[in-house]
Amino acid sequence: MSPLSLLSTPNPHRLASKVAREDEHQLVAAAKSGDIKAFEELVNRYERKIFRLTMNITRNREDAEDAMQDAFLKSYSHLKSFQGDSRFYTWLVRIAANEALMRLRKRRPNQFSLDEPIEGDEDLMPRELQDWGPGPEQRFAQTEMRQILSGVIDELEPEYRTVFVLRDIEELSTEETADAVGISVPAVKSRLLRARLKLREKLNRYFRQGGAN
Amino acid sequence: MNCENVIHELSDFIDGDLNAALKQELESHLRNCEDCRLVVDQTKKTIEIFCDSEPVELPSEVRTRLHDALRSKFKEAAH
Repeated sequence: MSPLSLLSTPNPHRLASKVAREDEHQLVAAAKSGDIKAFEELVNRYERKIFRLTMNITRNREDAEDAMQDAFLKSYSHLKSFQGDSRFYTWLVRIAANEALMRLRKRRPNQFSLDEPIEGDEDLMPRELQDWGPGPEQRFAQTEMRQILSGVIDELEPEYRTVFVLRDIEELSTEETADAVGISVPAVKSRLLRARLKLREKLNRYFRQGGAN
Repeated sequence: MNCENVIHELSDFIDGDLNAALKQELESHLRNCEDCRLVVDQTKKTIEIFCDSEPVELPSEVRTRLHDALRSKFKEAAH
């Protein structure tokens, strides 16, 4: 899917709720007691972020949409079992990540395995080292920057991309990421390091002084 | 600590998970190594840029399908 197809859509209609939007805890409590508007408010609040997450993991529009939809439906079905040990959003991210990973594994079963150890002794030393100057992202228009970020994350192997998305974009803890992906904590750390280094190198193509694109 | 060690400890350093002794060693190396400083700063910047990127609006047809499915679910749950 072209990253552009996600742009220029109208603002979604915001549903009113008797509960203040700022307070996730109250919204969840109201939704658990049967307030549909409160649950819709949670969906309105997080639908864009959850779609970004499922898109980032699957890199397939149809799978991303299905994964997002099933994540919200499942979270509604299982809301009563949500104990509040973590933020509702973190719980939702884990459900959505699981849905997205299931579809990714189904679509590309032979291309990679998220479960196999891939940590090796390959040379991690960065080769491309150029100054980026201050605020390199400000040299690009917002739309262009979105395309760049979408493009470089698309180039990343799924096993690295998934860990980076959950850990650095969704800000799950290392343990939560390990649990969501079904790999060990050391494997998360190793993949996260490689993902960060690879993304830095890919962004270097755009950000190095005087050498964009 | 050499450049290779810095790269191996990079994530823990950025996440603030290094113990005090290792952190001090790494910072001491950074003071004298411009290449490692670039890698550390640019990796931090990379994370920051992705973290700060706002998700785009949901395509309207995707949003409609999601909310239709939710309404069906609400009705089903009510019966």
